[in-house]
Amino acid sequence: MSHESTPAVSAPQGIDPRGPRVGAGITALLLAVTLLLGSSEAALWVLTFVALSFLLGTLRGAQGTWQGWVFKTFVQPRLGPTAEREDPRPPRFAQGVGFVITGVGVVLGFTVSLVAVPVAAGLALVAAVLNAAFGLCLGCEMYLLIRRFAPAR
Amino acid sequence: MVWRIVILLALLGASVLLGVWWQRRQGVVRLRDAQPAAAVDWSARGIVLGDHRTFVQFSSEFCSPCRHTARVLDEVVAARTDVTHREMDVDEHHDLVRTFGILRTPTVLVLDPAGREVARMSGSVSRAHALEALDVPAGSVA
Repeated sequence: MSHESTPAVSAPQGIDPRGPRVGAGITALLLAVTLLLGSSEAALWVLTFVALSFLLGTLRGAQGTWQGWVFKTFVQPRLGPTAEREDPRPPRFAQGVGFVITGVGVVLGFTVSLVAVPVAAGLALVAAVLNAAFGLCLGCEMYLLIRRFAPAR
Repeated sequence: MVWRIVILLALLGASVLLGVWWQRRQGVVRLRDAQPAAAVDWSARGIVLGDHRTFVQFSSEFCSPCRHTARVLDEVVAARTDVTHREMDVDEHHDLVRTFGILRTPTVLVLDPAGREVARMSGSVSRAHALEALDVPAGSVA
């Protein structure tokens, strides 16, 4: 038996995997509100708030956002503990993707046209719903594609 | 307002369809006939080919299902003497990622004892899929 699975990456301390998914659900609600507000200034401000939340998640990880705080304070105590742990880097990558999508929508909304706001909100909404309801991992699907166009290292 | 609600519902419906489709593809065993133009020297990559099959798993640090897949494959491999598993970081093996046209992680190549790819699985791999992959015969594809 040759059993040599070297962990490809050494993981930092794990987080509760339910946290980022609940957070994505909260974000999806805000994005649905943005969509319902249409191409308006109110929608632009809600999207700006969502984009700033994603920025926070990109810098600190999904567990460091206000959605993460809501999960820890109100949801986790009701769900009870879990032994399952997740590497914080994949959800953080997904926060970065969310920041790019909503950030482009905000910038275009302020400079070019408010039409960009519901478009960006719609795209981010699909990603957030896939994450919350199906556990879709954006880092798994997009990392190699991004690398292909932007060979960073 | 009515139109906005319709658009919202349509997007939610599309997300659910996409999600179901994505979930069904997870870890599905796909037979492979195409081989890279030049044979890959696996031993140079530190991979010991199993007498029956070898799982070569491509992973990245931004991928939670990669950890789960590694655990499942380790368990399957531990029960057999003729199968090996090796996890590779995509950042350290760009050439292999290109050679095999790998687009997402985890992607698991299933190699025969000669190092040819007989099948692959992408997305989170279940135990049932891993066992199914081991049953794919080497000469099943031309």
